[in-house]
Amino acid sequence: MIHSLFLINHSGDIFLEKHWKSVISRSVCDYFFEAREKAVDPENVPPVLQTPHHYLISIYRGKLFFLSVIQTEVAPLFVIEFLHRVADTIQDYFGECSEGIIKDNIVTVYELLEEMLDNGFPLATESNVLKEMIRPPTILRSVVNTLTGSSNVGDTLPTGQLSNVPWRRAGVKYTNNEAYFDVIEEIDAILDKSGTTVFAEIQGVIEACVRLTGMPDLTLSFMNPRLLDDVSFHPCVRFKRWESERVLSFIPPDGNFTLMNYHVSSQNLVAIPVYVKQSISFFETGPCGRLDITIGPKQTMGKTVENMMVTIHMPKAVLNANLTATQGTYTYDLTTKVLVWDIGKLNPQKLPNLRGSLSTQVGVPKPEDNPSLNIDLKIQQLAISGLKVSRLDMYGEKYKPFKGVKYLTKAGKFQVKMLCTAHFSTNWRSEYI
Amino acid sequence: MLDSNKDSLKLEAMKRIVAMIARGKNASDLFPAVVKNVACKNIEVKKLVYVYLVRYAEEQQDLALLSISTFQRGLKDPNQLIRASALRVLSSIRVTIIVPIMMLAIKEAASDMSPYVRKTAAHAIPKLYSLDPEQKDQLIEVIEKLLADKTTLVAGSVVMAFEEVCPERIDLIHKNYRKLCNLLIDVEEWGQVVIINMLTRYARTQFLNPNINESLLEEGSGGDKTFYGSDEDEDEDEEEKEKNAEAPAMAKRKPYVMDPDHRLLLRNTKPLLQSRNAAVVMAVAQLYFHLAPKAEVGVIAKALVRLLRSHSEVQYVVLQNVATMTIKRRGMFEPYLKSFYIRSTDPTQIKVLKLEVLTNLANETNISTILREFQTYIKSMDKDFVAATIQAIGRCATNIGEVRDTCLNGLVQLLSNRDELVVAESVVVIKKLLQMQPEKHSDIIKHMAKLTDNIQVPMARASILWLIGEYCEHVPKIAPDVLRKMAKSFTNEEDIVKLQIINLAAKLYLTNSKQTKLLTQYVLNLAKYDQNYDIRDRARFIRQLIVPTEKSGALSKYAKKLFLALKPAPVLESPFKDRDHFQLGSLSHLLNAKAGGYQELPDWPEAAPDPSVRNVEVKDSVRAVGTVPEWTKCSSREKRKEKKVEKPFYSDSEGESGPTESADSESDSASGSESGSGSEESGSGSESVESEEGSESEEEEEDEEEKNKKKKKKELKKPVQEIKLLSLFPVEPAPSPQVTPVNTFLSNSLVTDLEGLSLSDTVLSPATIAPSSALKNYELLHRITGEGLSVEYCFSRQPFSPDANMVAVQMQFTNNATSDTKNLHMEDVKLQSGMRVKEFPEIELLPAGETAAAVMGIDFCDSTQAANFQLCTHTKKFFVSIQPPVGELMRPIFLTENEFKKEQGES
Repeated sequence: MIHSLFLINHSGDIFLEKHWKSVISRSVCDYFFEAREKAVDPENVPPVLQTPHHYLISIYRGKLFFLSVIQTEVAPLFVIEFLHRVADTIQDYFGECSEGIIKDNIVTVYELLEEMLDNGFPLATESNVLKEMIRPPTILRSVVNTLTGSSNVGDTLPTGQLSNVPWRRAGVKYTNNEAYFDVIEEIDAILDKSGTTVFAEIQGVIEACVRLTGMPDLTLSFMNPRLLDDVSFHPCVRFKRWESERVLSFIPPDGNFTLMNYHVSSQNLVAIPVYVKQSISFFETGPCGRLDITIGPKQTMGKTVENMMVTIHMPKAVLNANLTATQGTYTYDLTTKVLVWDIGKLNPQKLPNLRGSLSTQVGVPKPEDNPSLNIDLKIQQLAISGLKVSRLDMYGEKYKPFKGVKYLTKAGKFQVKMLCTAHFSTNWRSEYI
Repeated sequence: MLDSNKDSLKLEAMKRIVAMIARGKNASDLFPAVVKNVACKNIEVKKLVYVYLVRYAEEQQDLALLSISTFQRGLKDPNQLIRASALRVLSSIRVTIIVPIMMLAIKEAASDMSPYVRKTAAHAIPKLYSLDPEQKDQLIEVIEKLLADKTTLVAGSVVMAFEEVCPERIDLIHKNYRKLCNLLIDVEEWGQVVIINMLTRYARTQFLNPNINESLLEEGSGGDKTFYGSDEDEDEDEEEKEKNAEAPAMAKRKPYVMDPDHRLLLRNTKPLLQSRNAAVVMAVAQLYFHLAPKAEVGVIAKALVRLLRSHSEVQYVVLQNVATMTIKRRGMFEPYLKSFYIRSTDPTQIKVLKLEVLTNLANETNISTILREFQTYIKSMDKDFVAATIQAIGRCATNIGEVRDTCLNGLVQLLSNRDELVVAESVVVIKKLLQMQPEKHSDIIKHMAKLTDNIQVPMARASILWLIGEYCEHVPKIAPDVLRKMAKSFTNEEDIVKLQIINLAAKLYLTNSKQTKLLTQYVLNLAKYDQNYDIRDRARFIRQLIVPTEKSGALSKYAKKLFLALKPAPVLESPFKDRDHFQLGSLSHLLNAKAGGYQELPDWPEAAPDPSVRNVEVKDSVRAVGTVPEWTKCSSREKRKEKKVEKPFYSDSEGESGPTESADSESDSASGSESGSGSEESGSGSESVESEEGSESEEEEEDEEEKNKKKKKKELKKPVQEIKLLSLFPVEPAPSPQVTPVNTFLSNSLVTDLEGLSLSDTVLSPATIAPSSALKNYELLHRITGEGLSVEYCFSRQPFSPDANMVAVQMQFTNNATSDTKNLHMEDVKLQSGMRVKEFPEIELLPAGETAAAVMGIDFCDSTQAANFQLCTHTKKFFVSIQPPVGELMRPIFLTENEFKKEQGES
């Protein structure tokens, strides 16, 4: 199983190491650095590497590499999933998962790692259990700690591990009992040059924030559960109940957690909230090109589209952009060749437009790669799939909780392929198609 | 600071030390100072000292021994968590001298009362094993013992220990197989992964290949099956499978009947596809891929596609596995074709893998869409990816004859692309394609010959030269000219190009010696003095072969045959071919090389080993006493079946997944292995109940007799559905069944009904509550603590007649002692406020070896508080308590729909 863990920052320094079995020298990371050199982007480093004596499995999160050393056969996903869990836990504890934060809390992180794995096999990975053993730092507590000299380590022994609901700690008490559910949907879509949908699907997630006293047993039901095509649950959800009745029945963990992920099948028609009219052209002669983008609302179900943002990765030959935006602001990063147009709220009466000229490198043939538009947007109070929570019932406790559901639609991987007008025709397979 | 009296100072010091360790700095010289604090009272200091000890004990063995006594003391602590942590640290100290102490501690902890301590013991086993492999035999004993453990907490850890210490001892699993299957869903996610992987191997050794008959049928028909999502479809599948099984049966083959245990494994792992943990999903997916009948494998596709939304590392691993799966089972992923479309933001390695999958999925029907998609990829900025796309187009073209020409034309167009890499890659691919049918494409070859002036990429140049040489007859005019140009630039070429120039020269010399004789001589002379010895060798060899001299031997006669022989076209195939001999999802599969400690996935056995090894002695005496007379008549097969049915109650979210179950029993009867004698009234009766409870669409295959029974069932069904509505109300903790209360109520009531007992709650003596095998028995008093008297209880889930508010608790007294027990009664009931108890009538005499039953009623007042009381015999008193799982507190109520709505409105 997992032998050792190294945390490596962007520039290649190892700033934390933890060994669960005997110590493995840092030099093993050299193989990793070699691979890191070869790959241009950090995302392109192969997650699994083979070295003469070890196997290295790494993940890249928050500009950090979590590199684990394995000696024998183990399912790679097991390790990858665990490393992500480590990163999640750190994020949960300190608000973010970055080098600075980890360095500041190095002892706590080390203790966490000690608890999470025993002899390379996961022991306690539920954040509710961990928090009982090692308390997360808060400002108040750190003040109290410096004054009184008391500690972060829980003096009560963790009981969560012993119960059959390991995700919930015992003896939770709140004066305000509340349960909030956020239904967040992301549209993944690829639109082709003419604006027709090549591929679209909706991925949803229900994030919950539950602060309830005692051992509540919740049942969440939907108006239209048949919409959901594929689901995955937090371990607290009872599978069979879902299978037979299509309701979510669970004893919730305390605090924030992801209750379920779902997928709305691509067979259903996915409403695309915006349309994009765009064209980009480069003149055969002269070092310039033209760009023209207009965005308008399409199927928004009467809600306003907010936080609109368009990102375009320009071809390398584009030196600069001289554009005018009727709404919002645009920036063009000269080094990364990324054009970002921040629109904000979408006004259906006055459609935002961005047009102007692009200056290209002189002497270089006109760029032929097609850039694509990545669109980011948000629609409050709308789940684009039409999913609706019908009711939340609580059993097992006597008080009346405060309940709330919020809907949000976002663009996930929303891509529009650009129309490149002055481009030579490459429809060479159209005769077959 | 460590010597200070103040805890805060010590803590500060320890924190600094641990920070040093974390940064990888050596802190070993502080060992003596730190180890002194091992007995420190402050829990945080203690923890940090432990951390330090575990890290450095190996280096400072003698000093580490000082701390051992502290842990030994900890092992005896009354608090289970302290015992566990002491064992954990003790076993983590890698000092060989303490091996005997560790062994002792592990053995003791393995029989600890607390499951948590037992779990820690399981964790300690591989630690000790790696420290001293000679302890293996003793450790296996401990593992065997822990494998028999029934708690979910232990299961995962002990299987992990099993995998590390003795994966070859598959015989240890037999007895625990069914238990593991049933517990699986409640085990923590990491344990699930380990258990599923182990069970995959186990199943491969114990069960027959479910596809053995289908493999006889046409491969294509199975492969192109579309994905079946809904349950009804699956039902059809089952039927189809049966048909498939029947077809070869006519060809004098034994029909395949899936072992019920095999089915059990498949059924119990299926819900885990919905896990949030990618590793669990992958584990189930590989289990299905390796073990499930072809028609059922489809269910995993959806889950795997879901994982593609996850982190890129997860995608990477999943796509590797999907790529392997698509080669064997293409149909499975075809509906999800679009999910593998590539986004410009994907990392290159993901893009390449997706391409691989798309290529594998390509067939006559979808090739046009795929090619259109590929076409857009070619314009990507990521050049490695573009190269891979061109390769993929080439593979599509070789695999699917219809599009070969279209692809070739497209690729030729790419030859005029501005990017050299694109052109080079196209050349290489075109070369491979042309080899298949060179006659038609001499114009392409001509076109490519022109490219030699521009293309600089060695591989591409070499490919063009080879092509021209190979097909010089098709381009008789151009070829010598190309050779001329090449001869000019020979010295500046790369090695592979030089070799091909020599090749070309040789071939031209043989076909067209008039024009090229001198050129060839020239090239060979140049090559003779080349720096690279391969080229020198090649030149010498070719000269001897083709230039006729008086010395040249018999070979030169055959030179033409040698060089101009027809070469078979290369087969472009996936690098993922044949990877499936590795267990999917494993590290070895990913690397396509055997990783250390990899356990081969065994082949299916020719004949199934004896399935009875998995039978477990069922100790619940209730059923034995109640039903033995009938059951003894039944065939052993049915017995196993019954046990299987009863077992799932160890686990939480039970509830027969109907269609598969019914199909199971159908195929059972189809196989005719059931001895269908009429005396098994109750046996077959309960079996049809079982299938009825799952699927409502049961075919009317049963004979006349059973139709009568069916009517009764239908009468009963109505209230049952009402009750199902009610089950919106129940409030249950995780470990108790969700749907089962309903289902078992049904089956119970049916059983009782069939036996001619009415369901009215007026008649209720202990005898009339038929002890049902489907109810979970809880232990009230163990045989040892009870000095021979053991008491088990179960919630009979039937109304308690004397008081409607009470829950009926069925008690089962067994006297295992040698002497009789008298005056069994209860006393001194301690209850929470509001709770009430109706005591069971005193049992005057319970002779040795006999069993008696009684019913008591408890009003738990809707709480899960335990009812404590003393159980008294004529000599002894035992303190016992009954604590109900919430699910047992429910009572079925009959409601009309309107009433239900009213109730619902109120709540």
